[in-house]
Amino acid sequence: MPGTLTGIGVDGRITLAHGGGGSAMRALIDKVFLSAFAQGPAAVQEDQARLDLAALSARGDRLAFTTDAFVVEPLEFPGGNIGTLAVCGTVNDLAVGGASPVALSAAFVLAEGLELALLRRVVDAMAQSAAQAGVRIVTGDTKVVPRHACDGLFVTTSGVGVIRPQYNISIAAGQVGDVVLVNGTLGDHGAAILCARGDLALQTSLQSDCAPLNTLVETLLHAVPDVHCMRDATRGGVAGVLSELAEASGLLVKVHEATLPVRPEVEGVCEILGLDPLFLANEGKLVAVVPASHAQRALAAMQGHPLGRNAAVIGTLQASPGGQGGVQIVNEFGGARVLTMPSGEQLPRIC
Amino acid sequence: MRFVKEFRDPHLAEALLARINHVAERIGHRRARPVTVMEVCGGHTHTIFRYGLDRRLPANIEFAHGPGCPVCVLPKGRIEDAIALAHRPDVIFTTFGDAMRVPGGRGSLLQARAAGADVRMVYSPLDALALARANPERQVVFFALGFETTAPSTALTILRAGAENIGNFSIMCQHITIIPTLRALLAQPDFTVDGFIGPGHVSMVIGTDPYAFIARDFRRPLVVAGFEPLDILHSLLMVLRQIEAGEARVENQYARVVAAQGNKAAIAAIERVYEVRAECEWRGLGQIAGSGLQLRAEWAGFDAEKRFAMQPHHLADLEQCRCGDVLTGRIKPPQCQSFGRACAPDHPAGALMVSSEGACAAYYEYHGVGEAA
Repeated sequence: MPGTLTGIGVDGRITLAHGGGGSAMRALIDKVFLSAFAQGPAAVQEDQARLDLAALSARGDRLAFTTDAFVVEPLEFPGGNIGTLAVCGTVNDLAVGGASPVALSAAFVLAEGLELALLRRVVDAMAQSAAQAGVRIVTGDTKVVPRHACDGLFVTTSGVGVIRPQYNISIAAGQVGDVVLVNGTLGDHGAAILCARGDLALQTSLQSDCAPLNTLVETLLHAVPDVHCMRDATRGGVAGVLSELAEASGLLVKVHEATLPVRPEVEGVCEILGLDPLFLANEGKLVAVVPASHAQRALAAMQGHPLGRNAAVIGTLQASPGGQGGVQIVNEFGGARVLTMPSGEQLPRIC
Repeated sequence: MRFVKEFRDPHLAEALLARINHVAERIGHRRARPVTVMEVCGGHTHTIFRYGLDRRLPANIEFAHGPGCPVCVLPKGRIEDAIALAHRPDVIFTTFGDAMRVPGGRGSLLQARAAGADVRMVYSPLDALALARANPERQVVFFALGFETTAPSTALTILRAGAENIGNFSIMCQHITIIPTLRALLAQPDFTVDGFIGPGHVSMVIGTDPYAFIARDFRRPLVVAGFEPLDILHSLLMVLRQIEAGEARVENQYARVVAAQGNKAAIAAIERVYEVRAECEWRGLGQIAGSGLQLRAEWAGFDAEKRFAMQPHHLADLEQCRCGDVLTGRIKPPQCQSFGRACAPDHPAGALMVSSEGACAAYYEYHGVGEAA
């Protein structure tokens, strides 16, 4: 029941009264959050969500539980907003463990002065992404802080999911000979955010790749139940996941640069700023490691899903001479370089 | 991507490498010592390591990695000065992303920001000027750094600020020029570099004529080069051919961007706004006469050092760092005892570990620590 925003407050902006526990807060919860998230009258009466254990047990033998806090500037960008990120991020963290997401919580920290219309767009995007992922937002909380204490809006989501008995996915489970795949182009989110900030004055058609990956993961696991490792490549990019993979398994991850799928626009942004798409953030990309004998089946399964059309095999796991593990990038010139993670975020090179 | 991919074609690279091998073999018959070619520019250093070009060269050809990374050669004392300025409550301190991580004596601008200083990353000095317009109650300072590549955009920003009479904008000028430093290197008696790959972006501004003395007075060939792997290999081949023929000329491989006379409008802007500093300190190399730029008296109103009566710090480079020896081609980065131990990209002790265009950081990033040359 998409209600109107009138009656929530003055001037269409959040005030400290919306966090004060009185009627303004009740109106905000009813007209913004419940109207978007609630799926039945019973869902809203209690202080906590209640999940039926028997129903969960029927779907698997392990409960997966994860949490993530979301801050982004700008709050809205081509391809989504902070709400899309908050739902997709937590759904994806569950999915890459082989879990079917069941329910999410959402906690909001709102800055005094935030436009209600913007909050509504964020909440609607969350409802939409949740529906796309087939997951419910069952509990939540809101706090309002003075305007200098928060940059517009922060969201924290937690999620639970259920893992089927036959799936055993672990970052440390990679084996010599395994093949590394990604489900599509690298760095779309990071490049889109850089351009959306506006201070580059670059005109691009780039969109964030933000998407819930659970149906893609289900398709992949249906085709290849024996996926060894899987992780979504968010901050730190695909490079970050490859480094974790190498460290956890003690193996050498050998990646062929020419096989990395990168959009020409992303490549262009990287050229101008001296950045590497391997390190740029993604919000709808995962890295999967499968036995070589199943690689083609895994690739075909991913490519048959709308979120995996540009999926590619990008490398292999090999024994590491020192047993330390590492990531090696082989370029088209036959040259090889060792991939090292930067200590912080990549900073643009200008001069 | 057009005009980029073409210059990364692996088949053409193989063809160039085959020719480089032939020339190197013929040169090798005539001399015992390997041929050392210095790429002056940090952008070239980055390309060489990024594509592993150094590992594809014949045994008797070596790259020496030159001083052309403006971030690397930022002296520690200047970073201290910048941080002190950034901590003033009335100041918004702006600079390029590259400079944010450079450590001074007690931390970087990034750390100063975490400690409460208002430090902002900009992509152009014009962004800093826009901040000044938008914040008339604050003083906006731009940390202007780089070679002739970035000096014109700072100069045009000063001219704009002057025309608009913007009173709350100033620059901390750390613009430097490459020619005096090349001359100082060449004048060293044990400088064994046989030829140069000349900087592309700097030459786009200054042209190729200012390098004439290198061929004429020091009998070394120099080839101005672009930044893609084929540009580097092609330029190396051109240098080697000159060495084989016993010639020393200035050639331009990067003619698609660089004109012999450079960019006249950019040169005019530089000359209108700056004058040469008597002395300028380079991290790793020390004081080099005539290698820095400062604002002319006419524009002194935009000089942050004058506006804030700054007292410049001087901090010596660490003794165990051998940046100077790497910069002059005497040793390779792993031959420095600090490399990968006391000095690594997340805690750089020496200049060349500071930016990914520095020879040591590029070595560390692309070869790893365990590997010797």
